[in-house]
Amino acid sequence: MTRQSSATLFALALLLPATIYILGIVAYPLVDTFLLSFTNASLKPQSDWIGWANYQRIFTAGNFTEVIIRTFIWTFFSVSIKMIIGTCGAVLLNAALPGQTVFRILTMPPWVVPMAIGIFMWGWMYNGQFGMISGLLQNFGIINKPVAWLAYGDTAFWATIVTDVWIGVPMVTIYFLAAMQSIPKDLYEAAWTDGAGRFYRFRRITLPMMVPAIITMSLLSLIATFNSFDIIWILTQGGPSGSTTTMIIDTYKTAIGSRKYGEGAARAVVICIFVTLFCLAYFRAVRKLTAGEAK
Amino acid sequence: MSHLARNAAVVTADAGVSDDSVAAPAKRKKSRRSAKPMIDRYRWYEVVGIYAGIAVFLFFVLAPFIEGFLVSLKPLALLFSTPYSFWPKNGSFDAYFSMWQSVPMLGLYIFNSFFISTIVTIIVVAVVVPAAYAFARFPFTGAGLMLGGFLAVNMFSGAVLLIPLFRLMRSLGLLNTYWAMIVPGAAFLIPSSIWLLRTYLMRIPRELDEAAWVDGASRLYTLRRVILPLAMPGIVVVAIMTFIGAYAQQFIFALTFNSKSEFMPLPIGLFAFFGKQEVIWNELMAASFVGILPVMIVIVFLQRYLVAGLTAGAVKQ
Repeated sequence: MTRQSSATLFALALLLPATIYILGIVAYPLVDTFLLSFTNASLKPQSDWIGWANYQRIFTAGNFTEVIIRTFIWTFFSVSIKMIIGTCGAVLLNAALPGQTVFRILTMPPWVVPMAIGIFMWGWMYNGQFGMISGLLQNFGIINKPVAWLAYGDTAFWATIVTDVWIGVPMVTIYFLAAMQSIPKDLYEAAWTDGAGRFYRFRRITLPMMVPAIITMSLLSLIATFNSFDIIWILTQGGPSGSTTTMIIDTYKTAIGSRKYGEGAARAVVICIFVTLFCLAYFRAVRKLTAGEAK
Repeated sequence: MSHLARNAAVVTADAGVSDDSVAAPAKRKKSRRSAKPMIDRYRWYEVVGIYAGIAVFLFFVLAPFIEGFLVSLKPLALLFSTPYSFWPKNGSFDAYFSMWQSVPMLGLYIFNSFFISTIVTIIVVAVVVPAAYAFARFPFTGAGLMLGGFLAVNMFSGAVLLIPLFRLMRSLGLLNTYWAMIVPGAAFLIPSSIWLLRTYLMRIPRELDEAAWVDGASRLYTLRRVILPLAMPGIVVVAIMTFIGAYAQQFIFALTFNSKSEFMPLPIGLFAFFGKQEVIWNELMAASFVGILPVMIVIVFLQRYLVAGLTAGAVKQ
């Protein structure tokens, strides 16, 4: 056996455990979701192949289109706000002032503590009678009676977005900060020598150099936000009256809540299609951006 | 630790010294007041503005923790009194003692959280080390495609695959056991760990493998006795990242695949209490803080490694 082919065999042997694990726990369920979506599987042991009936039902009966549109609006606002706050945070934490190491550490907790526990705390903050947001706004005289943020459709919609932003911001900030610090210092020094002010340097050097990082992060964040489950489930379970029901929540309710596995799988397949499209956009962007760097 | 890393540290330290000695006279001429280069000097109102901005930013990030902590100090009567008061008047740490009676299985929940995360970490490290080595060293045909396949796993959340996973767990007889949370939990942490460790392994010089090969060492021996010791710092970072990830993401699998309270991790154990009629908020916040504490300690001591690890693992949110 040549050295080359024995090396390949060795590499494949090393990859075997990881491959089997992922095939069994991710790839097989993915295929199974697809197959299930064409059956009327439920709690009953038997299920029949019913072709496209599940897809027909979800797109004609009920409010599935409404859920899709809501999911997109929810995701759009959440991702955009994350990017804006993340950029501001990174600029602030990038300033050469004392204390930044501590501030950077203090940015991380929402990201690394158990997500559910952070959301419990938000649940209390949104409480109308006793929570901090309603309480402080009343103390400052901005609102004159308690507002239970999670009890009304509109406010619950925005409350879940704010919590999602809160969980996503640390990662975006740290990632942007790393990208900012990798911009060559000479550029700033050259501009500074030519008399460019701080804001001008930010607009003409930092922002353009950050574009690849911002595009990559937006797409990654888009995928993660689209799949967001814990926040909405803990805060509102999709309510009040469906105003925070995104596609993931809708799928969970159909599949696990009502035990309609077949129909739930059809809804999951629609999510998979959207996620795959986002992934393709992501890989395309990464390839274009890295090709640009090589030039 | 590796002498390689130490050499690198020495090299940078050398560079730092020589850089200083060259730059020092010039600097002294330019600025007497501080060692900071001119470009990094701020006017007083800029300094105030930046610190004010950081304060607002950190308030947003930390508000729930501040509120949660203050709530844990407030007696229940004060908590439910109007008007709202931000500071706990006659606050006390009572909730931290009474919570063990109100949430009788709290200790067990915390243990479960740690136990599940530990087993997940062991599985992930055992699976990831050989895989990352294969991707770092052997550019076989299809390696890129395979790596892409692993990373694509990150794009799907567990929620999408819940139905078949539920059926799989049921047919394997794993429902309502620790394994129902451990097995799927580990799967979603494997891809970014492979990526992270592969990046680390690629920085170990290839000449070391080749030297071992020339000396007649088998491939497995090279991995075990040459690469693993050198890669230890990287493996430790991956292990810590995996543990934190496993600890932070315990929700959906535990919610769906397990209904026995003796196996519940902390978030699910506490979630059950949030649905109850009389929520003892101060004690629940106290319990939450006890659950958060270990992660906070890890952040403070290991933040340097974490930033490197978290940004490299940015493929996964």
